[in-house]
Amino acid sequence: MIRMTGIRKVYATGRVEVEALRGVDLHIGANEYVAVVGPSGSGKSTLMNVIGCLDTPTSGEYVLSGDAVAGLDRNRLAEIRNRHIGFVFQNFNLLPYATALENVELPLLFGGVPTRERSERAAEMLARVGLADRIDHRPTELSGGQMQRVAIARALVNRPAIVLADEPTGNLDSGSGHAIVELFAELHAAGQTIVMITHDAGIAKVATRVVQIRDGQIVDDRRAAA
Amino acid sequence: MTSLSFFRQMLQDVRHQKLRTLLTVFGITWGTVSVSLLVAFGEGLQKRIEKNQHGLGENIVIAWPSRTSIPYQGLGKGRRIRVTEDDIAALRREIPEATFSGEHGRDKSTFRRERARLTPEISATSPIFAAMRNVIPASGGRYVDDLDLDRRRRVVFLGDKLKKDLFGDEEAVGKTVMLDNVPFLVIGVMEAKSQDSSYSGRDEGKAFLPDTTFRALFGERYVDNFIFQAEEASQVPEATRRVYEILGRRLKFDAKDEEAIGMWDTTEAEKFFRVFFGTFRAFLGIIGSFTLIVGGIGVSNIMYVVVEERTREIGIKLAVGAKPRFIQAQFLLETLTLTAAGGALGFLVTLGVIAVFPSQLDEYVGTPQASPLVIVTTAALLGIIGLVAGYFPARRASLLDPVVALKLA
Ligand SMILES: Nc1ncnc2c1ncn2[C@@H]1O[C@H](COP(=O)(O)OP(=O)(O)OP(=O)(O)O)[C@@H](O)[C@H]1O
Ligand SMILES: [Mg+2]
Repeated sequence: MIRMTGIRKVYATGRVEVEALRGVDLHIGANEYVAVVGPSGSGKSTLMNVIGCLDTPTSGEYVLSGDAVAGLDRNRLAEIRNRHIGFVFQNFNLLPYATALENVELPLLFGGVPTRERSERAAEMLARVGLADRIDHRPTELSGGQMQRVAIARALVNRPAIVLADEPTGNLDSGSGHAIVELFAELHAAGQTIVMITHDAGIAKVATRVVQIRDGQIVDDRRAAA
Repeated sequence: MTSLSFFRQMLQDVRHQKLRTLLTVFGITWGTVSVSLLVAFGEGLQKRIEKNQHGLGENIVIAWPSRTSIPYQGLGKGRRIRVTEDDIAALRREIPEATFSGEHGRDKSTFRRERARLTPEISATSPIFAAMRNVIPASGGRYVDDLDLDRRRRVVFLGDKLKKDLFGDEEAVGKTVMLDNVPFLVIGVMEAKSQDSSYSGRDEGKAFLPDTTFRALFGERYVDNFIFQAEEASQVPEATRRVYEILGRRLKFDAKDEEAIGMWDTTEAEKFFRVFFGTFRAFLGIIGSFTLIVGGIGVSNIMYVVVEERTREIGIKLAVGAKPRFIQAQFLLETLTLTAAGGALGFLVTLGVIAVFPSQLDEYVGTPQASPLVIVTTAALLGIIGLVAGYFPARRASLLDPVVALKLA
């Protein structure tokens, strides 16, 4: 599903060059649940953004669902994000003025799904994350845990090949965080491929595979005995 | 974009930045009012002046037989040239593309009615004179006709001011006035018109008689002047040349002798005014356009701020798969909507000003005209300004790096 070889990412800020990724090789197959761990500044988010086609690597090869991603233009990359990727962020990243339903509809909107089908699918997905009764609420009227569920519903609504979550419980109290972790476990059980960045060793245990990053390189890659 | 995001976001922006949006829209409104009102005033003024010029008639040349200045076939110069109705008839025959009318004038005869005594300019002409010189009878009356001419009837057509002086507010048509003690029947009164140039007085103060009656009464053989009119202004020079040629042959003077018959070509002034007003309107339009462009710069600025403030939202949209060109279209559309709103408001103001424009001023500066030309050019200009003003902020929005945009918490 994901096949990365020799991925390097260099940030040039003024005169200083930061090599955030220095030659990452990573293969992820269908229905894997990968936890990415590592110290702050090690390049976890950078890797995630490259996987999600939100960012482009400086060099290296990247094949997503059989298609080479390198060298595609911004409009094509947007299309890939829309079709194949679902993002869940630490700070939710919901549109503040839009309702839960409208937020979840967003990827369908950009994917050109007709209005009726759009709201049906979005409502269905909100029900699946347990927010059937919060459809018309705006983010300010929701708790952190609920906002993150909306974000997860939005990530899932276009049936992406892979869901990428960057510290999804980082802004939540332990109770809501736990519920979110359980939700991810359910999704994985239902067949969803997931890559999740986390600092929480407990969460990492739930995953089928733990990838450890340090200084822009994978230093450990361990599969849980199934 | 669906109504969902687009209009809600717009309203959101407007609410967020009430003052700024208001000022921006006002800038466009002001610009629109400047362009459309200036051009409308220019057009109104031009119409007014053209109308005044046409008080004398359209594409008219007035010709005064005078003295020769070039010896011709043994005849010396300084010889007097006299034109008769026969010569006018010959011109009519030989230059069918123009119309001709001779005119006899006199200012030594007295009109009398009750206690009023006046000595107006008398103009004795043929029926066609009225149409050529824009002498239009007010309803209830008529101009001199062929029958009057044939029978040398003692009838008179009065300029509106002359009528007022003789009859006051009374009805004049059907009444009699005495002209040097000869009774004349009033057959019509001229409809009031504006006339900015004249020879031997304005038409409003004249008394118009059938030329046959005039000649019988005063024993005149020769016309004082004659006028001719072409369908198009462009035909005037050729008609003029032919007049010299034909009259030169009949009256024995050199066709190149322009002093033999003095001519006043009124189309010369019109030509000047057309060029003058073309320039004048372009000038007004350019001044107005600058105002509009300044308004456009305002819109562009506010859109830059909007892009700045919505950076995170743009990042979110890009992350879930909005294409950059879609983001660009959204901001462009938003700018165009703002511009259109300002423009529509501007048009309303302009139409309002035109509607309440005091009609008393029409005589002096004309009434501003909301012609299709004004509206179409202003709308086109607005569209272009909206596109340009929106393009750059929208482009900046679409070029945002989603990762960077999302980091702004
Ligand atoms: N846009 C950027 N410009 C310059 N340097 C950057 C940029 N983004 C990240 N970096 C650098 O790249 C390195 C990796 O950053 P990254 O965000 O991937 O770390 P991380 O592992 O996600 O850390 P954390 O656990 O704190 O989120 C860091 O040294 C960071 O300073
Ligand atoms: Mg990070």
